[in-house]
Amino acid sequence: MAMIGWLVLWFSAPAALAQDAATGIAEEAGNDSVEAAPATPPAPPARLVAEDKPNDAGNTIMLSWELSPDDDITLDEARLQGYRLYRADVTDPGRELEFELAAGVRDLTLQRDEFEDSHRLIRPSRSFQYRLVAVGVDGTESEPIELDTPISTTRSWFDPNRSWFLGLMLLISFWIVLFIYLAQKGVDLKIRKIAGLEAVDEAVGRATEMGRPILFVPGIQDMNNIQTVAGITILARIGRTAAEYDARIEVPTSRSLVMTTARETLESSFLSAGRPDAYHEDMSYYVTDEQFGYVAYLTGYMSREKPAACFYLGAFFAESLILAETGNSIGAIQVAGTAEPAQLPFFVAACDYTLIGEEFFAASAYLSGEPEQLGTLKGQDVGKIIGGLLIIVGCLLATAASVTQNPQMEWAVNYLKFSVLGTEEPPEELLDQDLIEERMEEEADGANGEEQAFGGAWTEGNTQT
Amino acid sequence: MKRTFPLIIAAVAGYVMVVAYFMPALQQVREDAEEWFNILAAIAMILGGASILGMHLRKVSDRRAGWGFSVVTLLGFLVTLYVGLFKVGVPPMPEYPDRAWTGEYIAQGSALWWSFEYIIYPITATMFALLAFYVASAAFRAFRAKNLEAMLLLGTAFVILLGRSYAGTLLTGWYAEEYPNLTLPGLTDMIMGVFNTAGQRAVMIGIALGIAATSLKILLGIDRSYLGSRNG
Repeated sequence: MAMIGWLVLWFSAPAALAQDAATGIAEEAGNDSVEAAPATPPAPPARLVAEDKPNDAGNTIMLSWELSPDDDITLDEARLQGYRLYRADVTDPGRELEFELAAGVRDLTLQRDEFEDSHRLIRPSRSFQYRLVAVGVDGTESEPIELDTPISTTRSWFDPNRSWFLGLMLLISFWIVLFIYLAQKGVDLKIRKIAGLEAVDEAVGRATEMGRPILFVPGIQDMNNIQTVAGITILARIGRTAAEYDARIEVPTSRSLVMTTARETLESSFLSAGRPDAYHEDMSYYVTDEQFGYVAYLTGYMSREKPAACFYLGAFFAESLILAETGNSIGAIQVAGTAEPAQLPFFVAACDYTLIGEEFFAASAYLSGEPEQLGTLKGQDVGKIIGGLLIIVGCLLATAASVTQNPQMEWAVNYLKFSVLGTEEPPEELLDQDLIEERMEEEADGANGEEQAFGGAWTEGNTQT
Repeated sequence: MKRTFPLIIAAVAGYVMVVAYFMPALQQVREDAEEWFNILAAIAMILGGASILGMHLRKVSDRRAGWGFSVVTLLGFLVTLYVGLFKVGVPPMPEYPDRAWTGEYIAQGSALWWSFEYIIYPITATMFALLAFYVASAAFRAFRAKNLEAMLLLGTAFVILLGRSYAGTLLTGWYAEEYPNLTLPGLTDMIMGVFNTAGQRAVMIGIALGIAATSLKILLGIDRSYLGSRNG
């Protein structure tokens, strides 16, 4: 067979390391006396099967096999180190490659009967042959087993597991776009008041009156985080108000890209406020990427400069409370907003106003007052109605399935949970009617058995009494 | 043009990411787009470094209040940059023992490793440790029983606090077998698993919809404020 370019995937167990050391010592001792007897190769694994991973870019091959008879954890003495998997690129016989798996995978060797090969060489245009051997504790390889025919992969153009998600996304997007259209046509859209956003002008005004700076913190994530983008959109409005009031604003950042974006935003804000002369680049500056280094700078700045208004709008983690408490201690008016649910309680406890979750993302539209943007908020409301309906349907179905023990109901609950709301391939046993019925019967039998056993014990106990 | 071009780049990159999520065949394009971002961020680091240097040099030259700290910052920045770029003290890789610069820049024993291990880590750990005190002061303020809601909050916090510690088991363990759900750990599990989870999920649904709407506004070019302009 024209198989050149075997790639070695090497598995071993921690026990094997100790075994290796022991073998090494034994070898050293043995070299001085008698020649070692030839080692007996271990029994090979069986039935090597390869499948192309479905719904992917054609870059993963799933392999499975039956364990070697020597791979038995009940044996007194380990006979195997693990398995070696060789791969050959059948379409490119001229190349010869060899590599080992990452060290982290070595511990998974014994009792392992599957492997997903996602090496960068695996592409739809190529075919691969695999060979698997069991490796004894002394390093000897068993007889190899191979695939019957080489395997090639196919590239999927659409992932059907995500079709429901796509449908829901398009539905919500449709409503958002529809409300934007209606807003452009002049339909009046009523938006409730958001206290935290109403307070922006008040906070900036207070800073102006007190002659102290405004501190804006856009979180500790980069511009690829939507929370940072949402924070920067609010900065545009705060910057304009600060320019109109002639207040000093400072935007220290923990990412260079956020600094450049904030500079652009502030420059345009000052320009639109008719105060381009008041803008200077140092309003936004880079501090450090280090989370607590950034926090140390901000708390130090707050303690020294005592800003009158602090805005924390972006992605925050452990630093949220340190910042908010420091701001509280200097008596600053504080407005916070984040989409990190774990940090919201800290901001609520220490800040004057907190934009909770969706309010934070609504801020840009709310502050701009532009009809197109306000339309998106109405579209979000439709999304909430859809979400609410799905929750009600799910609760009713789950309750009905639990009460009636009906396999169809169980199937419907699982379908809603895994196919409609999930994006990965659902477990087969949860969406196969026959398997569900089998499982429910088994559960019912198990419950009866327990009941009988319990009843019997109770009767026996009574009799004894 | 200054606004239109970035808008087009943002929209195209955004659409590519969305489409690639549903089309595995475009996974590579998606990964490439993410790589482009990393390259951009790396280039922006130069601007960040320039910002640090410029700001602190000005502070030192103007002898502004606290200029001594700026000197320390500049020294720290330049020394770290030097030992990192020139791999000071980095041992060579075992495969190439006679070749300098082959080891990892953060390899154990190097100057950069030493500065992280003995300066950065202790300092950041100290900052993080301060959090405990901030939690105490925030809790003291938040849990003052001013009205009914605050009293409910205080009561719930009290149950959780005891339920998460040995005190909860100690105080209510004697009836745990009969009424496991009414013990302090049982009540804690119920509050966290039912009320807290329900609240968190409601917030998460709102956040997900907010992200969808914000993304759509950016993709459609309706919200351009992140480019520093309201009207483009």
